[in-house]
Formats: sequence, structure tokens, C-alpha cells
Amino acid sequence: MAAKLFGSSIRRKEDPSLITGKGKYTDDFKLARMAYASMARSPYGHARIKGIDVERAAKLPGVLGVYTAKDVRKSKSPGVVPVGWLLPDIKTPPHPILAHDRVRYVGDAVAVVVAEDRYIARDAVDLIDVDYEPVSAVVDPARAVEDGAPQLHDEAEKNIAFDWEIGDRAAVEAAFDSARHKARIQLRNNRLIPNAIEPRSALADFDDSTGQLTLRMTSQNPHIHRLLMSLASLGLPEHKIHVIAPEVGGGFGSKIHHYPDEAIAAWCSMQLKRPVKWTATRSEANLTDAHGRDHVTTAEMALDADGKILGLRVKTYAAMGAYLSTFAPAIPTYLYGTLLSGQYTIPAIHCNVIGVFTNTAPVDAYRGAGRPEATYVVERLMDQAARETGLDPAEIRRRNFVPPDAFPFQTQVALQYDSGNYQGALARAQELVGYDQLREEQRRRVENGEPPLGIGLSTYIEACGLAPSAVVGTLGAQAGQWESGEIRVHPTGSVTVYTGSSAHGQGHETTFSQIVADRLGVGVDQVEVIHGDTDKVPFGWGTYGSRSAAVGGSALAVSAEKIIEKGRKIAAHVLEAAEEDVEFEAGKFFVRGVPSKAQAIQEIALQAYLAHNLPPGIEPGLAATTFYDPANFTFPFGTHIAVVEVEPETGSIRILRYLAVDDVGNVINPMIVDGQLHGGIAQGLGQALWEEAVYDENGQLMTGELLDYALPRAHMLGNFELDRTVTPCPHNPLGVKGVGEAGAIASPAAMVNAVMDALAPYGIAHIDMPLTPEKVWRAIHQKGRS
Amino acid sequence: MQDVRMRVNGTEHLRKVPPRMLLVHFLREELDLTGTNVGCETSLCGACTVLLDGMAVKSCTLLAVQVHECEVTTIEGLAEDGRMHPLQKGFWEEHGLQCGYCTPGMILAAHDLLSRNATPDESEIRSALKGNLCRCTGYQNIVKAVQHAAGMGREQTGKGGADGR
Repeated sequence: MAAKLFGSSIRRKEDPSLITGKGKYTDDFKLARMAYASMARSPYGHARIKGIDVERAAKLPGVLGVYTAKDVRKSKSPGVVPVGWLLPDIKTPPHPILAHDRVRYVGDAVAVVVAEDRYIARDAVDLIDVDYEPVSAVVDPARAVEDGAPQLHDEAEKNIAFDWEIGDRAAVEAAFDSARHKARIQLRNNRLIPNAIEPRSALADFDDSTGQLTLRMTSQNPHIHRLLMSLASLGLPEHKIHVIAPEVGGGFGSKIHHYPDEAIAAWCSMQLKRPVKWTATRSEANLTDAHGRDHVTTAEMALDADGKILGLRVKTYAAMGAYLSTFAPAIPTYLYGTLLSGQYTIPAIHCNVIGVFTNTAPVDAYRGAGRPEATYVVERLMDQAARETGLDPAEIRRRNFVPPDAFPFQTQVALQYDSGNYQGALARAQELVGYDQLREEQRRRVENGEPPLGIGLSTYIEACGLAPSAVVGTLGAQAGQWESGEIRVHPTGSVTVYTGSSAHGQGHETTFSQIVADRLGVGVDQVEVIHGDTDKVPFGWGTYGSRSAAVGGSALAVSAEKIIEKGRKIAAHVLEAAEEDVEFEAGKFFVRGVPSKAQAIQEIALQAYLAHNLPPGIEPGLAATTFYDPANFTFPFGTHIAVVEVEPETGSIRILRYLAVDDVGNVINPMIVDGQLHGGIAQGLGQALWEEAVYDENGQLMTGELLDYALPRAHMLGNFELDRTVTPCPHNPLGVKGVGEAGAIASPAAMVNAVMDALAPYGIAHIDMPLTPEKVWRAIHQKGRS
Repeated sequence: MQDVRMRVNGTEHLRKVPPRMLLVHFLREELDLTGTNVGCETSLCGACTVLLDGMAVKSCTLLAVQVHECEVTTIEGLAEDGRMHPLQKGFWEEHGLQCGYCTPGMILAAHDLLSRNATPDESEIRSALKGNLCRCTGYQNIVKAVQHAAGMGREQTGKGGADGR
């Protein structure tokens, strides 16, 4: 029997085409008569549109059409982008694909040019004359709710989109009344720009004769895009829209959402009856991709004399940006407030989140989506609590961990953790990093006046594997969260797999092949994985929320079981044995105790298709489809430790070590899992140290290019040390939990805790991310003077 | 329109192009060599890196006409006789890519490094690749991929004469 594929680091099937330049991303496709679209975008953060003159643009040779909101309104298309998650009393002002009377952020599209080539299209955009009347803007979510702040939408008084709470306010008050120690923190979770290296792109091809729209686009979830294009943007019937996500160059959340631009490209193709391509420039991407985070938070923790947590109180202003993006309302609520128990037994929690409109790009899911924000609040507070109580940060965490025998554990904020061993991961990480020796070294450095050493812990939990559909339905999702998985065993015994998960770098073609090949006992090269195509794949919800393996992979595991069960019936018939006596192993059906009486799955597949000799009641063919709805979220966890040195003279931070012990359940392909962690950690360190989307008070994005938005580069990072514990997920057939977001969830808190630990001798308790040398230097020197 | 003649991946091309056409658009749209990707149009991300007379350049900030009479190598021209270049093998073996979008540029930037320094250490590799952004990998496996390729180069040279690259 071949070595088990599940659990082995086989090379990726995706790679040969990508490393030879043959893989095709959306912008790589070229169709006959293809035209190019370019958007005219608001240069103002907030302005009234008094008029738009497109005449000069329309006359430019090579221009095929120039359209504004008036044209969209005259068409049969509804022309809006909708919100896919509703909360009680949420305000959902309309979001037209082209702004008509008002622009609300820099980058808001007001007109589109379609031309014979992309150069002409951009020339023509410059000839569009928009008469704007600028009005005051507001970009800070905490200030946007103040009296007299500029109002973005008539529907949303004081710019409040929603005022949401979870937990027990009275119980928390009581906890604080009886507290011996209190820890408090005020923080900003810095606004981030996802920056997938492939900018968003759409190539729409409307066929007038059939009424069929083929839309290649940068999508993490083609069926969601088809659904929303049909319902809200274009008005075409769903079955007349074919969405294809070809190779997709990274997403990190930004390609989940339904944006105006892709809908505009499709709408233009419907008007012109020609293929229309739109591809964002980097500055367009930075202006219009949904941003991440942007919270202003006050959090307090009450503890008893032994450092045991009694209660937690959190108030957050979460920026929504100018409009509610697709899943925006869920991110700072059900993916944030519900995570505030962390790895700890916290008897009373209350969290209030105000979702606020601001004159900025919309904010939505970005790698981790709510969970990094929650982890940051809880883990920063744990370090503050350690200072308050005089306990070591590792010790105070240990005292408050949910014990291993307490699972399933019901938190005070809705989630029920299914499994975990938090002590185990912390102990392992401390041992690997040499925690005690590092503390010793830290003391020595302080005594000798050497540059201070900082050790930062982040003992994180995440809820992923999104998600049980009925549960998210009660929470406001206008979507299901199950996943589809179809397996077709062909007459020759080779296999095609169709998954509703939609990879954009995760390696599904490899890992899903491993799952299916193992279960069916065929070679991994005998399995082809098809994803990202609404005409080929059964409806599915796509890839985000670390859900592909746990939900999409589980769908395939169940389909494989169905294939085997049908195969067993056919084999029993062919082998003239009782069904219960037929076993299946390593691709062979055989009669128990008589291994020579066997039929390979390939032989059974042929029998199934020939249908010459099937048992009564058995249909021909050998294929199975599963729509797998998970029983619960999954709960990966772990301990990350950052070790840094801070140079007081310059404020610069040197990362000496970064060590992560993660528990993501069973691991399908360790190489790919490690790669996901590397990337996630790098993004989290980017948030902690360098990245920030900055708007000025007028709503101008000051970090619109890669020159001023600092992404981590190769020389800014070192090697991360990874280790694992394995606590399988108890409720899915693979025992997997998901790994896509873990790194980005854990690492900001680990890094900031490390730097604050180093700065403790200076009396510095908190600096907001990103911890640029300037901010660190100022903090050191201001403390020095006071 | 202006004449431009260049040898790309060993094949000579003569075209009339608008003077403002970027090299990357020439490669992608005139020659259908879509392996060279565009990530920023400002030479900051490196996705569009190609070799110009053997040196790594960002093809998004060069005009096609500036490359007149030059030799260009794109990712499509790296494999020889259908055999992958050691860098391509290195990226495959070491999981040096996830979404793959930055990969062609990353490989060609690494090619430039290895042509100058056959045995770079980790910090030399990281420094040489700082003009190329990757958002997926955190660079760790990219460094390993380049080390892998450098090792293959040494092995081949050691085995008697074959040029490692």
C-alpha cells in the first residue's frame, strides 16, 4: 500500500504552471473585441456632485462609452451592492455602483470609461469634468459619533450603523465592584490595507444572443459573487451568469466582498455587447479594496487577589467606512465580541460595539477578521494585568486558562469551545524558546544597562471553520456557511473532485487530492480538483474564515464515504458476498478473510458505468455530492512568543526570535500548513510594526501607494520557528480545524507585548500599532523627561 | 508609433508600438507573455521583474521603446528544453510560492543575485529580494528556495563543468 497521503508534505500540484508563467490570472485573459474600463473616482473624502460633464471624454477617439449613475438608473439593472449580514436595528443606506449625488470616500466611483485600450480609457477619465462641492469629512470612528460631526447618510443618525452588545453588563459591574486588581487599556487597532499582490480585476463577456454573462474575476467565492451580481447589481437571472475565478493572486479577505467595480465592468459589457476588462491599479486597490481593523477600544479587566479574572468590559468604536461592505457588520461583532474570552475562564464579560460610518474606504474581513482585534484586546490586557498583579505574564495566563478537562467549555459570549489544551501549547512554547533563560538574560541586560530585551506572549484562540448555517442565520447572516463537495469516479477509475471552496494560494488542488486519494485508495495524480467555476461546481460559499479544509474538505470526505458505500454494494454483488462481509482498504473491495476475492475500485467504477450487472435498486454511475454543514465552529489555539531587542537611541526594534506552537488539529500537508503560518505571522508582524492606512482629516488617504504603506519585505523579517500540538477537532470527519488565519491572529499581540515588555523599565505601558521607531523613540524620551 | 526590436526569450521581435507603451504591457499584450505580472506600476512590488541583458529590471517602469535592441528574459524563457531551471525547482521543492503572483518576478530577481553571487547567505538573499513583495509566504520558504537552487548550482558545478545556472 502506498504511504498515507494525509499528513505528508507532498509537493503542490499547482506549482508547475505557476513557476513557469503559464498559470492564468484574470488580467491574463484576452478575448476578441475586448475593451477596457477605467473609473473616474472621487478625489474628495466627502462632496456633493453638482454635475458631471462627460462630453470631452466621450469624443476622444477610441472611447466606446462613458457612463454615470444616470445611465445605470436608466437601465434595467438595480445597480447596487448589498449587505450580506444584518444586525438588529442596523442602518443599511444604499450603496450604488456609481455614486449619483454624493461621494463619501476618496475612490468612490462616479463614472466609467470604456475604450479600445487601457491607455485611452485612462486618458478619457482625465477628460471627465465633475463639479464637486466638498463638504466636511470625518475619518475617526470615535469622533464620527460626536455631536456636530459631519453626517454621511441621512439614514444613520450620528453615523451609527449599529449599536451592538453581547454579555452581561450587570454581572460585569458586580465583578468590578469586588475586584482586588484592575487592568485597563485604551488602544487603536490600526487600519490595514490587504494588499494582495494581484490587484482586483474583472473580465466580463455578455453574449447578447443568449443573454449569458461570463465573468472572470478575482474572487474567493464565485457563487457569492454570482448571487449578488444577479440579485442586486445586474438583475440578470442567476443561471445566466457564469462566474469563473481563474488563478487568483492572493486575497486575505479582500476578494470575498462584492464591490462596485466588478459589477460596473459587467454592466458595461451588457451595454456594449463586447467583452470589457477592468483591472485595478495599486493605488485604486489601496483606495477601494475593503480595509481591515480600524477599532478604537477601551477595555478593562477585573481580577481577584490571586490574579484570577473576575470580569471583562470592552467598548469599541469600529469603523465601517463609507458604506457597509458585504460582510462588514459581522466582523467587529460576532467574529470579535464572541472571542473576548480568549483561552480563559472569565465569569463575566460585556462588550459593546458601535459600528460607525466614516469617510474612508469600507472596512470588512481581512485575514483574521475580528479575531485578531479580539486577541489583541485580551492579550494586551493580560500583560497589563500581569503588571498590576506582579505576576509573570506566563503565570497569570496559566492561572486563568480553561483547564483541559473542562471541554466542551461554554464561554460567557456565546461560543462553546469544543476542545483544547492551552497549558500544553504554552508549556511547549516556553520550553522551546528557553523562557526562563530569556527572563534571566532580560534581568542581566537591565542591570548592565544594555539594550532592553522583551519577551511577548500571545496565547490565542480563534473560532474558524465557518460555520454552522443555522447558527449564523440566527446571528444575521444572509448566507449559509456549509460547503459543497462532489466526487466523480470515472469509468477508468480516475477521479474529478469539485469543491465549492475557491483557492487563491492555499493549495486546495493538492490537499483536497490528498484527502480524496487516500480515502479512495487511488494515486494522488489520479485526482483532479476543480474549483472556482459556477458552471462546473455545485453551489458553494468559497474560501475565507479558515474554512476550506474543515468544511470543504469534510464535504469531500463524506462524499468519499458515499462512493465507498455504493462501491461496496456493487462489489458485494459482483463478488457474490454479503455486503457486510465486504471490506474496503487501499483501493480494493474484498471479502473479509478472503483477500484474493477482491475488486479494485477501478473495476467497480467500470461496472457502475457499464451497468450490465448491478444489484437491484442501484443506479448506474459512481459519483456523490455532499453539502456539508458543520456542527460547530472549530477552535484552533496556540502560543506565540516574540523576543525583541529595542535600541533606546533610535527606537528601532530587532526581532531576535519568533516562535509559534499552534494546534490546528490534524494536519493534511505539513509543508502547506507551515507556509500558511509563515504568511499569517508576517502579516501580523506587518500590522504590529509597519503597516497603517492613514487618512487625513479631509479623508485623503495618505498611504495610497506602496511607497508610504509599508508592507513587510524580505530583509525586514527573519525565520519563524514553528512547532505544533495536535488536538483533533472532535466534530468533523477529518479532525482538522483550519490554519489560514492563526498567524495573523496571534502575532500582533505577541510582538506588541514583547516591545512593551522591553520598555517596562522605562515605565511605558502601551504604544499603539504600528510600533514605528519614531513612536518608540518618542515614548522613551517623553517618559525620560517627565 | 515607433519601431522596437528586441530579442525575448531567444526570439527576435520587431513591432510598431506607441511610444508610451510600457515594457510589461508589450510583453503581456503584444507577445502574450502573461507570466510577467503587474502589481503596482510604480516599481515597488517587483511582480513585473524581468531580465534585461541579464540584469533584473522592473518592466512596469520601462517603456518598450527604451528596450530597443536589447535582450529580455521572462519567466517563460527560463526553462531549457522543457527542463525547469534550478530556481523553478527550488521554489517547487521548498514551497516558495502560494498564490504564485509574485513568483515569476521573485525568481528572476533571485536569478540576478545568483548570477553575481553563486553562494549567497541568508541575509544576502533577503537583501537581494527586498525589491520584490510577497504577501503570502513571509519570505521564509522563498529564502529556502533560493538556497535550494544555489545548492543545485554548486552540485552541478561540482559534478564536473556544467554551468549551475
